[in-house]
Amino acid sequence: MSVSLTVGAYGVAFGAAAVANGFTILQSCLLSLLTFSGASQFAVIGVLGAGGSAISGIATASLLGVRNALYGVIMAPRLKVHGFKRVIAAQVTIDESTGVALGQEVRGVDEMRKGFWYTGIGVFVFWNLFTLAGALGAQAMGDIRAFGLDSAVPAAFLGLVWPRLTGNFERVLAVGCAVFAIVMTPILPAGLPIIATAFIAINVGLKR
Amino acid sequence: MTPFWIATIGTSVIAFALKYSGHSVPEKWLSHPKIQRVNALIPIALLSALVAVQSFSEKSKLMIDQRLVGLTVAIITLLLKAPFPVVVLSAALSSAAVYNWL
Repeated sequence: MSVSLTVGAYGVAFGAAAVANGFTILQSCLLSLLTFSGASQFAVIGVLGAGGSAISGIATASLLGVRNALYGVIMAPRLKVHGFKRVIAAQVTIDESTGVALGQEVRGVDEMRKGFWYTGIGVFVFWNLFTLAGALGAQAMGDIRAFGLDSAVPAAFLGLVWPRLTGNFERVLAVGCAVFAIVMTPILPAGLPIIATAFIAINVGLKR
Repeated sequence: MTPFWIATIGTSVIAFALKYSGHSVPEKWLSHPKIQRVNALIPIALLSALVAVQSFSEKSKLMIDQRLVGLTVAIITLLLKAPFPVVVLSAALSSAAVYNWL
């Protein structure tokens, strides 16, 4: 229940934010159907909304999508699926489905599979329905600032990053990257200040 | 094709390719501790940068407006361990209030 509600809220926020940032309702819904990875979707609309190029948007979203590949590596030996089923499994390999599956690890591989599929498919359905609702809502709004939508997007990003700030090292990195992006915004073309922080992360990650 | 279409299709294709490749490559390729480490840090960097840029800029200009109030409220609700819908809604309502009435 709480997972559905949270996914619904994210979905509405995404649909509304996508339209507010210049995407059409169709494009917003296609992103949710085909990309189906919250952080990547928010990133691509955020970068284009801030005036960044398509390439910057795609690059930022894709860097965020790398973690789904690692989830796939964890899940593949447990799911053991092939052909079309593997295509579906890949599409619903996201934070939530992998997280729930790993939470069931002590109960055995059958429970893991069940957790993965139920969560993955459930989130997929909710996420897409609520994206459409949010996109239609934003279309009807007019001035999005009067509804606080301009603040809903950064709040959504903050909600995504907050649980990852598990230690002082992570917090310092987060604040450092935020400050770096702000300082670079007037200097670099839109989108690049954001992508550049990924290289900061790679650098400190490899050195540590 | 508009940049919005290129971004929509490009993001979707790469997102699926990444997901599918994870299910198809040998496990040892991606299970190196350094890759795991970097992978945990990249979202922190990108999402923090996005929070900052979306809160304090418009097109390449820096500015402070009602979004600062929304961001502050979001931080407070997160510190109070509020669930995600409450965080986003509180940020939106406070920001809208400032925009409409101040």
